[in-house]
Amino acid sequence: MADFPDDLRYTTSDEWVRLEGDEMVSGITAYAAEQLGDIVYVKLPEAGQQIEQSEPYGEIESVKAVSDLKAPLSGEVTVVNADLDQNPAVINDDPYGQGWIFRFRPSNPGQYDSLLTAEAYEAKTKEG
Amino acid sequence: MLRAIGVPSVEDLFANIPEHLRGTLPIPDALSEMETLQLVQALAAENLNLAGRPAFLGAGAYRHYIPAAVPAITGRSEFYTAYTPYQPELSQGTLQVIYEYQSMIAELTGLDVANASLYDAATGVTEACTIAINATGRSTIATVGGLNPQYARVLRTYLHQEGFNLLEIPEEWVLDPEQVAAALDESVAGLVVQSPNLFGSIEPMADLAAAAHDAGALFIAVSNPLSLAILAPPGDVGADVAVGCGQPFGIPLQYGGPYLGIIAARAGLARQLPGRICGATVDGEGRRGYVLTLQAREQHIRREKATSNICTNHQLMALAATVYLSLLGKQGLPELATLCAQKAHYAARRIAAIPGFALASDAPFVNEFTVRTPVPAAEVNRYLLRREIIGGFDLGRVDPALQNYLVLAFTELNTRQQIDDLVSTLESLQPEVAVEALQSAGGVA
Repeated sequence: MADFPDDLRYTTSDEWVRLEGDEMVSGITAYAAEQLGDIVYVKLPEAGQQIEQSEPYGEIESVKAVSDLKAPLSGEVTVVNADLDQNPAVINDDPYGQGWIFRFRPSNPGQYDSLLTAEAYEAKTKEG
Repeated sequence: MLRAIGVPSVEDLFANIPEHLRGTLPIPDALSEMETLQLVQALAAENLNLAGRPAFLGAGAYRHYIPAAVPAITGRSEFYTAYTPYQPELSQGTLQVIYEYQSMIAELTGLDVANASLYDAATGVTEACTIAINATGRSTIATVGGLNPQYARVLRTYLHQEGFNLLEIPEEWVLDPEQVAAALDESVAGLVVQSPNLFGSIEPMADLAAAAHDAGALFIAVSNPLSLAILAPPGDVGADVAVGCGQPFGIPLQYGGPYLGIIAARAGLARQLPGRICGATVDGEGRRGYVLTLQAREQHIRREKATSNICTNHQLMALAATVYLSLLGKQGLPELATLCAQKAHYAARRIAAIPGFALASDAPFVNEFTVRTPVPAAEVNRYLLRREIIGGFDLGRVDPALQNYLVLAFTELNTRQQIDDLVSTLESLQPEVAVEALQSAGGVA
């Protein structure tokens, strides 16, 4: 599993997005999960919740820190990953697969194009 | 250095101190240890020592018997000087105490999770309200007239500073759930009710909880934890959060503090609880151990996003309470609460029979009740004090319209003799007060 899968787009706040037809899936990157340490809790958004690009939609907690989860695009939440209630650590094990956080319907799909590519994001993590 | 920080002279560093206080203060010469002791003893002698004297004052702090084992354990230097248990490997004693304390509080309140304690009930009420505000997203807190005025004042200050609203529902001795329900609207995040209340009356908690929930608000129950040994616990009557002052559990009156802030909540609110929480776990070798947990709630990690600035507890007071509760146990605690209630009811019956005195209401009570007095309560208290009896709580201090109402509290330390003496002293009050008033008006000692 690549640390920076190139079929995804990334935000400067370490979220990833995958396009799946009309919807998108999002989570946090392997880099972010590694920086945070063992994830112990995710405050998930609710289905139907309106989200705005770069605004907090939830929270992610590790043993040593709490961080905002920021919306990669604007839109409406459709499904959240309920497994994260019982097993938040899956984000550390499989951040791009089983560790997905939520699905949403974008209100402005054009925003996707301005997100970072895998290469650009990887470069940013090296500077950071 | 002065140049580097841009200050012209050393004197300018003291510019905040008023002119008349700068320079040498007129402090007298040092006293010897013996002289100092005599000075301090003379000052202390101006107080009336509570020890051995009959007292009937409650309203939030109560004089109970403290078994010798309590100070014997809290005085041990391992406990007395211990700091915060951030390093669990060094602090299992402290952490085990917290865990046992939390377990007992959860059981007593009938709720799922308790924290390691707060400073006092006033900030406890405030924190419970913060939980309600965060959980509902609403901005008004509803309180009632029967809430301890000190708790209400602290809450008012806090809400005002944070830009939230306070809805104060007036109360006449005991609440009417329908009236309360009518006062709640969808701006209310939480309803705070104390039971037994300031007047001593037991409130209709289940109905009030329902009223709060119907309005979409949380129900916050404030109580004297000793009363929970014989009353329905907050968790059983629908409370989302329970708070109270743990002073009755092995903590002396201490001129107002330190006391013990108790807070507990149902499971879904665990992550909103302020302050320290201890959890049980296993170490690398599978042995049971205790650690501080859910620390990411607290401000030293969450910083400006923390729900509270509190990241500490009243460890020594919590230890005292834990030892006290262990000594009394599941059987002793209800026995004690019952004994206090029996004494209060005996006193109520006898006082109500004194001409000029009457119970303020017929609402059920535990160890405290309010009497209407023939002369202002403050005068009754002065009259009692001249006979070295400490009276009750003068409700005139809360509301001038209630100046003829006195709240009296009874504990296991009030012997029957003391209660009978109180009654006969009150019986003598009316004619005597008139005489004494004439005497002091005429300047006769």
